Amino acid sequence: MAVMTYREALNLALREEMRRDERVFVIGEEVGLYEGAYKVTQGLLKEFGPRRIVDTPIAESGFTGVGIGAAMVGLRPVVEMMTFNFAMLALDQIVNSAAKMNYMSGGQFNVPIVIRGPGGPAHQLAAQHSQSMEVYFYHVPGLKVVRPSTPADAKGLLKTAIRDDNPVIFIESETLYNIKGEVPEDPEFTIPLGQAAIRREGTDVTVIAYMGMMYRALEAAEELAKDGISIEIVDPRTLQPLDTGTILASVRKTHRAVVVEAGAGFAGMGSELSAVITEQAFDDLDAPVERVTGADMPMPYNHHLEAQCIPDAARAIAAIKRALYLE
Amino acid sequence: MAQTKTAAPATRLDAELARRLLTQMSLIRRFEEKAAEMYALGKIGGFLHLYIGQEAVAVGAMSTIRPDDYAISSYREHGHCLAKGSDPRRVMAELFGRRDGLSKGKGGSMHLFDKSVNFLGGHAIVGAHLPLATGVAFAIKYRGGDQVIACYFGDGAVPEGEFHEAMNLAALWKLPVIFLCENNRYAMGTSLERALAETEIFKFGRSYNMPSETVDGMDVLAVREVVARAVARARADGTPSLIEARTYRFRGHSMRDPAGAVYRTKEEVEREKQRDPIVLFRERALAAGWLSDNDLREIDKGVNDLVDEAVAFADASPEPPESELLTDIFKDAERSGS
Repeated sequence: MAVMTYREALNLALREEMRRDERVFVIGEEVGLYEGAYKVTQGLLKEFGPRRIVDTPIAESGFTGVGIGAAMVGLRPVVEMMTFNFAMLALDQIVNSAAKMNYMSGGQFNVPIVIRGPGGPAHQLAAQHSQSMEVYFYHVPGLKVVRPSTPADAKGLLKTAIRDDNPVIFIESETLYNIKGEVPEDPEFTIPLGQAAIRREGTDVTVIAYMGMMYRALEAAEELAKDGISIEIVDPRTLQPLDTGTILASVRKTHRAVVVEAGAGFAGMGSELSAVITEQAFDDLDAPVERVTGADMPMPYNHHLEAQCIPDAARAIAAIKRALYLE
Repeated sequence: MAQTKTAAPATRLDAELARRLLTQMSLIRRFEEKAAEMYALGKIGGFLHLYIGQEAVAVGAMSTIRPDDYAISSYREHGHCLAKGSDPRRVMAELFGRRDGLSKGKGGSMHLFDKSVNFLGGHAIVGAHLPLATGVAFAIKYRGGDQVIACYFGDGAVPEGEFHEAMNLAALWKLPVIFLCENNRYAMGTSLERALAETEIFKFGRSYNMPSETVDGMDVLAVREVVARAVARARADGTPSLIEARTYRFRGHSMRDPAGAVYRTKEEVEREKQRDPIVLFRERALAAGWLSDNDLREIDKGVNDLVDEAVAFADASPEPPESELLTDIFKDAERSGS
């Protein structure tokens, strides 16, 4: 184990996979000479050269399509979106080309590609640069969607994503790049996709949350522990495939569930989780599934207004108390 | 005119080449006519876009590349797929949506793929496969290979941003793509003049410092010559090219636009049919002595038999089994989790 930042863990995963497999290359805006807008690819140009660390002009649809085409004939591209907001320009390539190629070719052409970069609400980046994009992708059959909350997950899941034979959407966060954590140094350390993590064990309420919201949930759990309330926190880690087994097992134990998510609430991840829990564990529930979500609106710039749009520990605590009929 | 200088006697080689070109064009024509019939009978569903009138482009271009080269196309791709070497029986079976189709009945008319001949689809979002072609060329260069990729698209793709992004990247990185625009003058029902500020499409290539040429798309030997030059450039040092083949589709945009007459005049269609690439080439082959009347009859019979066989094969092929429904969503793994 080594202590490193989330950013360093991603960087290490890229290095290890590129050393391991000649077919892996990184392509995107400012990934080489500039070393990444968020420095995730720092030092990679120096180690691997411009053949494998490919700077592109600003042409998201174009270079994402290049990645998909290269993947169709056997390479394993890692496409960096400077931020996932820009992936909207490549949405057709991701949805209509990458996700469907294997199916519509009857299994002849799979697309082993990773599309990665930061997403979710950040600090005062306003409407176009501060939004949770995963919802656009996990709805699409043929895509896998990863949201890694910790440095160890960042490394282990990115390595698995690169080794996967299918398109993987891997959304990091500007707000997590600097967090530190223990990360296994073993180059064969990987984490399977579709395996949730129990971040904190508890008995009274299951809270399901990932990325920044997972940390807000941990704060809420600490606070509630002072009142003797025991919170279990489940981090799905991958949204597609979704580890419903772990989630449902936790709910069957605690009989109460709260979803905390940063994205807009309408038809969001909380909606899906609420439906899955209600459909499959209805008899185990002692209260309706509670959702704490981002506001259904464009993100404001002003930081007071912004704060009201992103769930915090206080809102998580309020929802947990509702689930416990304490309010 | 055929640039086929080898040690073999010229007439013999020309005859062989002429036979091959005419056979392939006739095969595509017959295949498409039959597909239209099968559509009318309800054997083929969905959208069906016929290639009739444009055969010289696919056949001329594909006659210049190697089996290990790649080709990729839009949704009007039956001709490109056949010219690349796919088995007409499996192509027809795919149109029928049957188990023995190229994509096991999962892709249909607009999504023909054939890995065995390096045919990379069948893409039905206009313009979207141009960046894919650039990506395949990127992979060729990455591996140090000398293959090329031929990328077919219509004039309808030219106003799309992806045309420009793909051309820019291919030229910027010197990637071996032959961008082959089949200008049939109508994007569905929108004429060139109503879609493009610059209607001389080959000129867009110059904006990207790419060799660009226009060619008579009704003349299979002319297409062959121009594409051969582009292939040679691409193979030599990765130089991409834009070729604008001026052609015409004799049928409507799809089977749902059977007459194709709302947006163009009958007179125009009849005039263009006078330049039928197959008729023109038959006349030329006869005049040059490459082929005899008997050869032509033989070719027609062979092609008719082949297409009849394709239909019989498709008809006999079973519907895909239910067990195939959920396979191929992901490679080598069933959908897990929910």
